[in-house]
Amino acid sequence: MTAPPSLPAPTVAGLARGLARGEYSSVELTQACLARIAAGQPALNAFVTVTGEAALAAAAAADAARAAGRAAALTGVPIAHKDIFCTEGVKTTCGSKMLADFVSPYDATVVKGLQAAGTVMLGKLNMDEFAMGSSNETSFFGPVRNPWDPTKVPGGSSGGSAAAVAARLAPAATATDTGGSIRQPAALCGITGIKPTYGRVSRYGMIAFASSLDQAGLITISAEDAALLLGPMSGFDPRDSTSVESAVPDYTATLGDSLEGLTIGLVREFFDNGLDGDCGQRVREAIAVYEKLGAKVREVSCPNLPLSVPTYYVVAPAECSSNLARFDGVRFGHRCDSPRNLADLYCRSRGEGFGAEVKRRIMTGTYVLSAGYFDAYYLKAQRVRQLISADFARAFGECDLMLGPTAPTTAFGIGEKNDDPITMYLNDIYTIGANLAGLPAMSIPCGFAGGLPVGLQLIGPHFSEARMLNAAHRYQQETDWHLRVPSAWA
Amino acid sequence: MEWETVIGLEIHAQLATRSKIFSGSATAYGAEPNTQADLVDLGYPGVLPVLNGEAVRMAVRFGLAIGARIAPRSVFARKNYFYPDLPKGYQISQYELPIVAEGALEIVLDDGTRKRIGITRAHLEEDAGKSLHEGLPGVSGIDLNRAGTPLIEIVSEPDMRSAKEAVAYMKKVHTLVRYLEICDGNMQEGSFRCDANVSVRRKGAEKFGTRAEIKNLNSFRYVEKAINHEVERQIELIESGGKVVQETRLYDPDKGETRSMRSKEEANDYRYFPDPDLLPVVLEPEVIESLRATLPELPDEKAARFVREHGLSEYDAGVLTASRELGAYYEDVARRVGRDPKLCANWVMGDFSAFLNRDNLEVGEAKVGSEALAGLVTRIVDATISGKIAKEVFETMWDSGGSADAVIEQKGLRQITDTGAIEAAIDDVMAKNPGQLADYRSGKDKLFGFFVGQVMKATGGKANPAQLNDLLKKKLAG
Repeated sequence: MTAPPSLPAPTVAGLARGLARGEYSSVELTQACLARIAAGQPALNAFVTVTGEAALAAAAAADAARAAGRAAALTGVPIAHKDIFCTEGVKTTCGSKMLADFVSPYDATVVKGLQAAGTVMLGKLNMDEFAMGSSNETSFFGPVRNPWDPTKVPGGSSGGSAAAVAARLAPAATATDTGGSIRQPAALCGITGIKPTYGRVSRYGMIAFASSLDQAGLITISAEDAALLLGPMSGFDPRDSTSVESAVPDYTATLGDSLEGLTIGLVREFFDNGLDGDCGQRVREAIAVYEKLGAKVREVSCPNLPLSVPTYYVVAPAECSSNLARFDGVRFGHRCDSPRNLADLYCRSRGEGFGAEVKRRIMTGTYVLSAGYFDAYYLKAQRVRQLISADFARAFGECDLMLGPTAPTTAFGIGEKNDDPITMYLNDIYTIGANLAGLPAMSIPCGFAGGLPVGLQLIGPHFSEARMLNAAHRYQQETDWHLRVPSAWA
Repeated sequence: MEWETVIGLEIHAQLATRSKIFSGSATAYGAEPNTQADLVDLGYPGVLPVLNGEAVRMAVRFGLAIGARIAPRSVFARKNYFYPDLPKGYQISQYELPIVAEGALEIVLDDGTRKRIGITRAHLEEDAGKSLHEGLPGVSGIDLNRAGTPLIEIVSEPDMRSAKEAVAYMKKVHTLVRYLEICDGNMQEGSFRCDANVSVRRKGAEKFGTRAEIKNLNSFRYVEKAINHEVERQIELIESGGKVVQETRLYDPDKGETRSMRSKEEANDYRYFPDPDLLPVVLEPEVIESLRATLPELPDEKAARFVREHGLSEYDAGVLTASRELGAYYEDVARRVGRDPKLCANWVMGDFSAFLNRDNLEVGEAKVGSEALAGLVTRIVDATISGKIAKEVFETMWDSGGSADAVIEQKGLRQITDTGAIEAAIDDVMAKNPGQLADYRSGKDKLFGFFVGQVMKATGGKANPAQLNDLLKKKLAG
């Protein structure tokens, strides 16, 4: 297969400059993306819906706005949205048969914000069903493949977002992260992913999986791109009571700040026996880069962090069992044929509409909330969650940012972990902690192991996105891992 | 065998907010199905609830009015169950940390004694929609207009010992929520309804019997009938060797009986947990105090004042304060008349209330306003007309409008107070009835009434009764 022409600049920042200088129009750029998407779809299956016509119309409108002198920084930049974000008049499937034909009557706040900033939507990206998965294999629309090796998974749940950006089908994509769903696929696909602080970005219009953990973010090529796109997504939303009323800084303003005097904490618990040797080596090499940049490195400990996976697999299923109750075949979504009565309508609509992993989590969640089990599971998990948060708070007394691996291994084979959910769940062992504590975290590429990308994770205190982006950007000034493109997609 | 009834009520009062508790949709009753339900009410994918602050303020005002503890921090929880009129598959309610805890109200029993009814808690929650079956053969229709309407659920202690006490308590709460203007109290529209937990035990027993919960009673009459029926059913059951089972029952007003809806075993496990979409409601003491300052004079305080300052009986004061509107009406009449509050109270509780009932009107819709009634009572007090004539005047005012003075003038009903005129009428009657006069003078005192009646007849009822009395006595004595 021959790759279609590459995009005219390596990053969103570069594309935005090209558009501003008039080197190419948004229509031309959008056409280039659409051509790459068309070429990539059979191999990667990254998109569920491509909105080509609407994208070209929006691009033309962006060009007209620019011609009229009304262009903003991101006007005409094409991006794609994870199919978990509601988009008015466009199918929003959440990777599920349940919503295979669901056309949202409204836009998510994130979608509106990025649209208002001038971006052009290319389409909707594949994902694990209802964001439940770490390999993008639970999607009703089939697995997404890793552009670095199509026999490997791209990670999940934002596997479509990661694969699309890694293969440069889209220069950037929205994504969501409940237990690592942005960072793990970013790591496995060799690109940049940011999960902001819980409450930084509105959840309105983002189909809920586990409400206390879900957070919208980005998958981009560079930290600078993430800084450009994060601003328009962020801020208080009167439609989301859990979004936070805290001013949104210009994340690009501090990207170049010196790291002199920054203290980076190496989380002892992240360098455990489960970490692949080569992956660990890449992370240690990245630490050396930070030392060269003037950062001080010290070890910190979050002793309760090893409990994060079991804690997560109580809290998240509990919330999901309730959040997914609305999919009952009554008002929207899949409805079984000729229900005999109410119970039949419920059982068959849900039985047919949900896949195995979603059912597994609904059942787990229902169980842990049941009378007689609530205290032993849900309540205990909430207590452990507080301990983990307290561990982080204490550790941030000793450092400005934490550093560690994003995932224990590089991308694994499609089908490799399907028989054992526990092994699959352990893939999120380093990422879940930040969700439980509501902390902002990133994954940035830091090299390769066995020809596959390795991700470096940064975790910051609440609302420290600017500091984290600054640290990521300075690293990316010293390295070019983030600019590497799989040869088939170069 | 002597039995004791134990009753606790869970009252659901719809809060009179303009929009729903978690969405911007209107709460008005009676709109076309599903025209007042937005994406949040429909539970669409991705939508989130946002708390209506007015509902919180109303709940706090209720809590303050029953002397309850207002929680500095209360938490919304999800009550999970599947039903077609529950769009999200869970109801947002409050569970472990309700906004109002530990209050009480006093009811007055038939013998005039007062009884304190404890209120365990009151919490905020959203109402569900409605399933419609009429006119839809073979299917159920779902109307989500009511879904998301704010409710306050008021849970009493099991402190009531008869259906009458339960009704008295429910009426007390009904009066209170309307005083506070937090609920329109419309029971036909379901704005105010209750579930009754009923059990019986042998007199003197310490342990409560097994209770049955009777759902969705939406009139005072049904509450009384349903409880009485349920008590009978339980006693008969136990006395015939059976056992009461814990279950939910429905009252059928047509048959006048309750029937089983679901047993304890079939009950849902609601899997309550804190709703992660909503922050805890945190109320600073200053906020609570500023809400306390907005409370109106409450029914019990007002009644006590009527007894203390107006010299009314406790019974009259209770009747007049049963609704905020009636109390305000009476007070305005009494203030305008400025004398004889007891007479004012009698008129408000008597003819005025009777005419309201006759025409099925609310106080606000009365045909005789407080100013007009005060005008009428003033004419009784200043002896322009008698109380009897006043009834005629009132009826004319009600049916045809006009002030008391205008009606008195127009119909020539002014009382005759001119001594000469009354004397002339007496002389005339005495002349026409010589036989009766002779009998009276020979000791038949009872004939005094006959002479009063004749003079009144001759004067068209307008002779001042007191004057007539005096003059007649003198004349008859000869």
